[in-house]
Amino acid sequence: MLCIKNGMVVDGISDVPYKADILIDKGKVIDIRENIEDAAEEVIDAAGKWVLPGLVDAHCHLREPGFEYKEDISSGTRSAAAGGFTSVACMANTNPVVDNGAMVNYIKSMAMVKGVVKVYPIAAVTKGQQGQELTEMRELKEAGAVALSDDGKPIMNPHLMKLALQYAKGLDMLIISHCEDLSLVGDGLMNEGYMSTVLGLKGITRAAEEVMVARDIILAEVLDAPIHIAHVSTKGSVELIRQAKRRGVKVTCETAPHYFSATDAWVDGYDTNAKVNPPLRTDEDVAAIKQGLKDGTIDIIATDHAPHHRDDKEVEYSLAANGISGFETAFSLAYTHLVETGVLSIQELVHKMSKGPADILKIDAGTIEIGKPADIIVVDLHRTYTVDVSKFYSKGKNSPFHGCTLKGKVMHTIVDGKVIMKNEKIIV
Amino acid sequence: MMALNRKDLLGLRGMTRAELEEILSTAEDMKSILLSDTKKASYLQGKSVVMLFYENSTRTRFSFEFAAKYLGAHTASVAVSSSSVAKGESLIDTGKTLQSMGVDVIVLRHPMSGAPHLLAKHVSASVINAGDGINEHPTQALLDMFTIRQKKGTLEGVKVAIIGDILHSRVARSNVWGLTTMGAEVRVAGPTTLMPPDIEKMGAKVFYRVEEAIKGADVVMGLRLQRERQQKGLLPSLREYTHLFGITQERMRLAKADALIMHPGPVNRGVEISSDLVDGEHSVINEQVTNGVAIRMALLYLLTRRNRDAVH
Repeated sequence: MLCIKNGMVVDGISDVPYKADILIDKGKVIDIRENIEDAAEEVIDAAGKWVLPGLVDAHCHLREPGFEYKEDISSGTRSAAAGGFTSVACMANTNPVVDNGAMVNYIKSMAMVKGVVKVYPIAAVTKGQQGQELTEMRELKEAGAVALSDDGKPIMNPHLMKLALQYAKGLDMLIISHCEDLSLVGDGLMNEGYMSTVLGLKGITRAAEEVMVARDIILAEVLDAPIHIAHVSTKGSVELIRQAKRRGVKVTCETAPHYFSATDAWVDGYDTNAKVNPPLRTDEDVAAIKQGLKDGTIDIIATDHAPHHRDDKEVEYSLAANGISGFETAFSLAYTHLVETGVLSIQELVHKMSKGPADILKIDAGTIEIGKPADIIVVDLHRTYTVDVSKFYSKGKNSPFHGCTLKGKVMHTIVDGKVIMKNEKIIV
Repeated sequence: MMALNRKDLLGLRGMTRAELEEILSTAEDMKSILLSDTKKASYLQGKSVVMLFYENSTRTRFSFEFAAKYLGAHTASVAVSSSSVAKGESLIDTGKTLQSMGVDVIVLRHPMSGAPHLLAKHVSASVINAGDGINEHPTQALLDMFTIRQKKGTLEGVKVAIIGDILHSRVARSNVWGLTTMGAEVRVAGPTTLMPPDIEKMGAKVFYRVEEAIKGADVVMGLRLQRERQQKGLLPSLREYTHLFGITQERMRLAKADALIMHPGPVNRGVEISSDLVDGEHSVINEQVTNGVAIRMALLYLLTRRNRDAVH
């Protein structure tokens, strides 16, 4: 038995945090109350700290199979645990692509063997993510895919996107759309605006994202089908989604921590660690993203953890890969930029990073409840620290937040009652 | 005076007026050497300068090569095809290889913006940007500034109109940074599809009618218009461009009577500028080329002086 003592608990259900001990046995929560006097073999002292449901990430890249030099399921899930994530949904753009039942099973079995957190595969919408033919969605669903996405590659053909939404609806499967009109992107490299002019880098108009968000909302509305918009980054996208929700469209969406913590000014000096897709935007967009999180337009925060090897980043800006290694800074960035600044309460933040994504993916996670799996984290909200990428558990050291001072640190991570991280150290 | 104390010349953005002044005044001395019979100085004796060019160029490469040779440096040229940028040896590895051979200065031209900044971070040799993507071409802007200053006596308050494809022009960007720092008034004009957003925040005045940009100007600078802009749909045709933005005798009547005609070359005669102006009495296009050698001599001298002072 394991007991987490004296912490402030946000259980994901109650309206207010409360002080309690949590007793865990055989992987499940068996008691939640003050002053549990039980002879638990292991005790975690959470005095002065907060006890939260394990975080759930609806969007990450674990890179295995095919790109193990960037990340693999072993390093990726350890990185996730270090960031407080106990469940992660990984995107299908591996090599080969996760576009059939065997691949879904492969990811799941590798996660069982090497992973330290729960891994939920997201499968492709089209075969090979080629945007030509639909995948066998029934087989994918039966194998355990939690959603469908061609993330990284937009489905440019609107007719195919319509069919995908239509077919997936019949199977009660959610499609996660990576909204980017490639013809508007052209050879663009960063957000189009003053900074692209200053740096002489071709700009990507915000319309490239917004045109696709609008298209997908219209398709979802016409079909009365659900759709989830990935990594919302612009003010215009937030407004389109806000209006769609008012009309009752079944649209949900996520943003990633870098879209409320950084802007295109961070690209200055041609910092390839700030190269990400969609690109970092402006202060105005950051403000709109925060407002969207506050008023509920943006349902959840996902990391879009996209680890890369330094060989893919220490090159000319034009040649550098897109993506930020995001697991290990996500909670601290969100706490620092959203809770400390008064945008969200701690309960709201926890919801957007645990129960919210779990509900969208229909995963049984995101709460601390008697009888439920003990996926729990302990965080120190007073702790201020400086991000050091060399300490990342991820193979991907690609973070523009290296050297930033953040507040709020995940100290312990428990998955199914097993301590995975203790005092900031992964112990498995 | 020793204002310039840098390892590299990556761009004019962020350079101080004092630094620019020093480069321009040093170039005056270098021009005398260049125009002398012997064309020989020994400031760079024992130094090695390599021209690392990932894009075709004749004038810029030869200009640097002569500048280095007139100052007594060893020189070498490496031409790498643009298509091998992504596939071949990495830029950093190439730079380190050259450095290991004792190269003191790497003059880099590269089709990707920011490439010189990347190289400079990874080598201890000085890096001079000879044009990176659509970002900057600082030595071109310096030679333009030098030419204007020689002709007009100052840069303060001088009205310079830059006409054409501003979006894709590294010459325009460097000139906006440099000229505004020196107190000149920079006007940019071109089709809306070839104007970068928010360039006015860089200190330039934006015009979409060429006549307004040229009116009262002391200098009118044309930029080369690439034919591929038409193919990519940024322009309906070169003919329409010429009709709307071509620099012609008639339009030049709006400029000051003694206005200079400039162009970084190579010129598309009859497209961005009419032939009679290119060859006319107000054209300083050939003199720009001469001044380019002087500017590059000055930069090679100033950047290697840094190392020399450290030794002595």
